[in-house]
Amino acid sequence: MLPFVLRRLGLAVVVALLVSTTTFLLLRLAADPAQALAGEGATVADIENIRRMYGFDQPLPAQYWAWATRAMTGDFGDSIYLKSPVLELIGDRAPVTITLALCSIILAMAVSIPLGVVAALRPNTFLDRFALGTAVVGQAMPSFFFALLLILVFGVHLEWLPISGSDSWLHFVMPSIVLGYYAMPALMRLTRGGMLEVLGSDYIRTARAKGLRPPVVLFKHALRNAVVSVVAVAAVQLGFMLGGSVVVESIFSLNGLGRLAYQSIQRADFDTIQAIILMIAGVYVLLTFLADVLNAWLDPRIRVS
Amino acid sequence: MSALLEIEDLVVDLPVAAGTLHAVRGISLSIARGETLCLVGESGCGKSLTSLAVMGLLPKAARRRATRMTLGGEDILDATPDRLSDIRGQRMAMIFQEPMTSLNPAWSIGNQLEEALLRHRRVRRAEARDRAVFLLEKVGISAAASRLGQYPHQLSGGLRQRVMIAMALMCGPELIIADEPTTALDVTIQAQILRLLIDLQREFSMGLLFITHDLGVVSRIADRVAVMYAGEIVETGPAADVLSRPNHPYTQGLLDCIPRPGTVARGARLGTIPGVVPNLAGRIEGCAFLDRCPSRRPHLCRQPVELRGLGDGRAYRCILPPADAAPPAPEPAFA
Repeated sequence: MLPFVLRRLGLAVVVALLVSTTTFLLLRLAADPAQALAGEGATVADIENIRRMYGFDQPLPAQYWAWATRAMTGDFGDSIYLKSPVLELIGDRAPVTITLALCSIILAMAVSIPLGVVAALRPNTFLDRFALGTAVVGQAMPSFFFALLLILVFGVHLEWLPISGSDSWLHFVMPSIVLGYYAMPALMRLTRGGMLEVLGSDYIRTARAKGLRPPVVLFKHALRNAVVSVVAVAAVQLGFMLGGSVVVESIFSLNGLGRLAYQSIQRADFDTIQAIILMIAGVYVLLTFLADVLNAWLDPRIRVS
Repeated sequence: MSALLEIEDLVVDLPVAAGTLHAVRGISLSIARGETLCLVGESGCGKSLTSLAVMGLLPKAARRRATRMTLGGEDILDATPDRLSDIRGQRMAMIFQEPMTSLNPAWSIGNQLEEALLRHRRVRRAEARDRAVFLLEKVGISAAASRLGQYPHQLSGGLRQRVMIAMALMCGPELIIADEPTTALDVTIQAQILRLLIDLQREFSMGLLFITHDLGVVSRIADRVAVMYAGEIVETGPAADVLSRPNHPYTQGLLDCIPRPGTVARGARLGTIPGVVPNLAGRIEGCAFLDRCPSRRPHLCRQPVELRGLGDGRAYRCILPPADAAPPAPEPAFA
């Protein structure tokens, strides 16, 4: 177990290094915050001054070194726009995004795994086709469109749910449905495929030969083997969601990380973008690690080798 | 004598793209308590489907019918799925061909053994555990208690098959069905597993339906044998008699395929049965073995050939006279 953790830790460091340098370079190639900060009508001298003030005139390696050494000590700089420490900004916005991501992935799994199981139990029947159709629609329909439909029906006409903000749990219902629906098709089809394969296997026949009741065969013997790949994909999807969904957060006016990232990119707010992207990379590494641990628990073959 | 397992006129049809495959075409057999019946035949003759039909484990698409199918007097043909699942694992248990894939990789050996007993008996887990250890020792697994926590992938094929046998014995079944349980194993392990099965069968006086394509195995373990060809039983009787004096040309053909020292001259070719198995998708008129039979009489074999009893427990499905009848009887004469 320890070598496994150490290897993952080493991998995390490599990922952090690659992600941070790439972001750093791309940002500086793409935008000039000094220009944006100085505003319209600023003289060339003004812009030069701002550049010198923020250190943007230094050579890139020196800038990166300065950023990296500060980042090592936990100082990710200040937002040049909002004038507050980047970590504080992320800390303020993270709870909204985390709430949304967790609600969405739980909803997605709660719907797609049973649906996938049912589809696998009755392949090529109406139920299977219905599940497949739902999945295709989910994959094809853009989130913003689905979000607008929900707002129109449940927010405007029925007035059941609030349409913007993040004050109560009710505010998270529609965003979670939209984001969860987006994640559902892949999970459902993986569950269906996995179950179909497992249900045809020899050990399921053995379980039935022992006289075990159908629910035991289904849940104890089949599902556990079928969800291994589902767990891995769900972890990646959760990582994606924790990075914040720009579209969903914007439509429902949720002040989460997605919106922060989007706004920071528009403002060329270098340090904020840098920190958010690094954080997303970190979350990915952490989640794939957790998924591996969970899979090792589900499938003992992984545990030993 | 009350038979343990009785099957009368079992038919299994499988729908395939081309129509319907008549995989098992009306077979009848019975097994007494403590008796070993070997069901022999080549791949695709319907012997595995017969065993799955008895267990009620046929593929969903398969259609099964019979005039009678009973286990210890209880109807297992029209039993409800609930009742059948009570019987499976408790009164009859099955051992499969592929030990490598027949155990669930996600659960420990102990768990899979215990659940077989916990499903059918009101016992505590500790008791189930004791029974599992007892049976693991019985099937020749050393350090049985410490094996309970192991997972299938940590065991070799031979060990896994021993675990499968122990699992089948958990509830003390009256009938064991073994579908080529040694085919996937090394030759040395094969002999051990065979020995083990026979010892256990004697010890617990269970009925054993042993499915194999290997006549060598039959001669070692069977009380009686039933030879299957193209979904039918073509010859049945006490194993020793059938193997020494086969009445059906197919049985004779199978025996000729076995290399035995002294009977085949060095450098000579081993016997083979020419031709191929008939297509079971269509109707077969008359004898199914006709096209491959060395002693066919086409004008007689085109009519349905009935299974002919000889009174000494033997029966065969051929128009030829029995092997030990001295002069060839003049044609038809048998009904």
